[in-house]
Amino acid sequence: MLRYIALRLLVMIPTLLAVSAIVFLIIQLPPGDYLETLIAEMQSRGEAVDQNQIAALRQAYGLDDSAVQQYFSWLFGLLQGDFGWSFEHNRPVSELIGQRILLTFVVTFSTILFIWVVSFAIGTYVATRQYSVSDHAATLIGYLGLATPNFLLALVLMYFANQWFDTSIGGIMDDEYRNQPWSWGKMLSVLEHLWIPVIVIGTSGTAGMIRRLRANLLDELQKQYVVTGRAKGLHPRKLLWKYPLRVALNPFIADIGSILPEVISGSAVVAVVLNLDITGRMLLDALRAQDMFLAGSFLMFLATLVVIGTLLSDLALAALDPRIRLSGGNTR
Amino acid sequence: MTETKDPRDPEALDEIPHFVSKEPFNPDAEVVLTAEQEKYYMAGQWQLMWWKLRRHKIAVAAGVFLLLMYLVAMFAEVVAPYELQHRDVRHTFAPPQGIHLFHDGKLVGPFVYGFNSKRDPETLQKIYTPDMNKVNRIRFLCSGGYRGSEFEFWGLFRGDFHLFCPENNRKPVFLLGTDRLGRDMFSRVIYGSRISLTIGLIGIVLSFSLGIVIGGVAGFYGGLVDNIVQRVIEVLKSFPRLPLWMALSAALPAKWSPVNIYFGITLILAMLDWPSLARAVRSKLLSLREEDFAVAANLMGASTKRIIGKHLVPSFSSHLIASASLAIPEMILGETALSFLGLGLRPPVTSWGVLLNEAQNIQVVVLYPWLMAPMIPVILVILAFNFLGDGLRDAADPYK
Repeated sequence: MLRYIALRLLVMIPTLLAVSAIVFLIIQLPPGDYLETLIAEMQSRGEAVDQNQIAALRQAYGLDDSAVQQYFSWLFGLLQGDFGWSFEHNRPVSELIGQRILLTFVVTFSTILFIWVVSFAIGTYVATRQYSVSDHAATLIGYLGLATPNFLLALVLMYFANQWFDTSIGGIMDDEYRNQPWSWGKMLSVLEHLWIPVIVIGTSGTAGMIRRLRANLLDELQKQYVVTGRAKGLHPRKLLWKYPLRVALNPFIADIGSILPEVISGSAVVAVVLNLDITGRMLLDALRAQDMFLAGSFLMFLATLVVIGTLLSDLALAALDPRIRLSGGNTR
Repeated sequence: MTETKDPRDPEALDEIPHFVSKEPFNPDAEVVLTAEQEKYYMAGQWQLMWWKLRRHKIAVAAGVFLLLMYLVAMFAEVVAPYELQHRDVRHTFAPPQGIHLFHDGKLVGPFVYGFNSKRDPETLQKIYTPDMNKVNRIRFLCSGGYRGSEFEFWGLFRGDFHLFCPENNRKPVFLLGTDRLGRDMFSRVIYGSRISLTIGLIGIVLSFSLGIVIGGVAGFYGGLVDNIVQRVIEVLKSFPRLPLWMALSAALPAKWSPVNIYFGITLILAMLDWPSLARAVRSKLLSLREEDFAVAANLMGASTKRIIGKHLVPSFSSHLIASASLAIPEMILGETALSFLGLGLRPPVTSWGVLLNEAQNIQVVVLYPWLMAPMIPVILVILAFNFLGDGLRDAADPYK
């Protein structure tokens, strides 16, 4: 097991390096940089441009260095916890994204929990009642959940909340807590608002998970040992819980690797619609304004979250399934 | 002892005469296949797949629906009553009109009621009320003759023929209402299908080619190549798609023409989609190249290219088609999400996502909920692709 963990951790390092290189490449892609945009904007408004100040800024951020040099200085900055400077907000990036990163983490984590709990309950219920009304209903809703893009679901929910209950369901906390330090009130307010984005983001993942759990459990329930158990007079509930369910639960952990990117993707768009203080809107604006360090930090953070999530799920899976840790190295 | 022989009696066995058939040995004579069975066993894989798919009623229905949608997209100019950019300035933000058949208890055929409009003195918002005296009849298979009815079919030749049209500009028909410029939403949704539906197809062609080539090379050569490809796929898969799509499409130069942007977006969509296809191709190739027929071809001196192209690809192409039909909706969704956020296609190019972009603001949506209408075709098309893909995936295993 130790060997497996060590190997898995080692593999993560080149992955993260490659991720950082791609992120840097992408934020460098647009022609020009933020300062050039700024100059053009100021000139179009007829404002005087202080060339000296611009030159000083270029110097300070190494915008005239070669791309490779810029990449390495950015990378070393990241490693030391220095995420660079946001040109648009004129503040260090770490100040801007600190709270958002925490909230993104909270939203992601609760969404995964939501997916687990709901799909476990519904999936098990439905699989033990194949072809019943509830089974068909769950399948239909599942298909709809898979087909409805979550940002549209958010829009529809907001509309109906406004029409029927005359409330706004946007935001991740009450307005008075925004930009305030953490307190009990703030935390409660976040918890109060959390459920809407969690449901919106988690729906498609839940639908997929229910389908998978149902299929797996049905496969498992047809196996010989279940028949034997039933023939021996084992209590149906015990027969379900003791073995088939455990085997069928593997994808719960194994699929985190594929569900996590989905959840994070979803949260980025849903955040824009629901006006959440997580990555969404600020990432969008940063991308539009070519605020490269801010956008880069967000992308890097999101990708790292996925990489670490996948690592955790791989480790958990290895702990559960001896076949994986004994074969070492490759999990797939 | 009497001479009644019991065949079960071991002593009597000796007396059964030895029998040899004079007919020549024919191994096929044992089992005679009925015509039906023969048809089944001799059928090619596509034939089998089609038979199996046909039994999957929902998948067939979904396929027919998609075919219809693509036909609509092809003949968008004819299906839509108004031209894409036609503005009816007297009817901005008009609500959808329901279709009626009876007026005053008399059958007049399909028609909609006209509007009375007045401005709210305080908010200056236009308020429409249906006017039960104005009967705007709908004509079918008609040549227009009203403003906004003329179109250039595929930019090739002019036409003025529609599936249905209003009587004239005084009696408009807006089945899904109008937007802030008084453009008919129904027509725009129809025109939007052209972009939204094709972007998935072009994207899948791109990602398919990438996936087959890269996955094929990795799966066939194995070793170092395989390892490198695997790592690249892993890295690409560890990116959350949408943020990366957002970043890439934000990097498209603003000066590009709409056509360039369109192809840029398809390229971006394909760039993150090929890894999963490549992975599927690779694992299939890995298992298939160990099969007897591949080994036999190899021993007979067939070239790598021939083995892959002639023997391996055909045997898993049905699987590939199934996974492609499940990947198309993801691309359609991706484009919709990007355009919705304002990062993807931009007006005057019209896709469902571009139309939904107008519905981004909740205040607008509350006042004019019909702006959300493009959502319906999006959901239906994605649902249909999923059903069809599921059916195809089941059918791809014909003997199961």
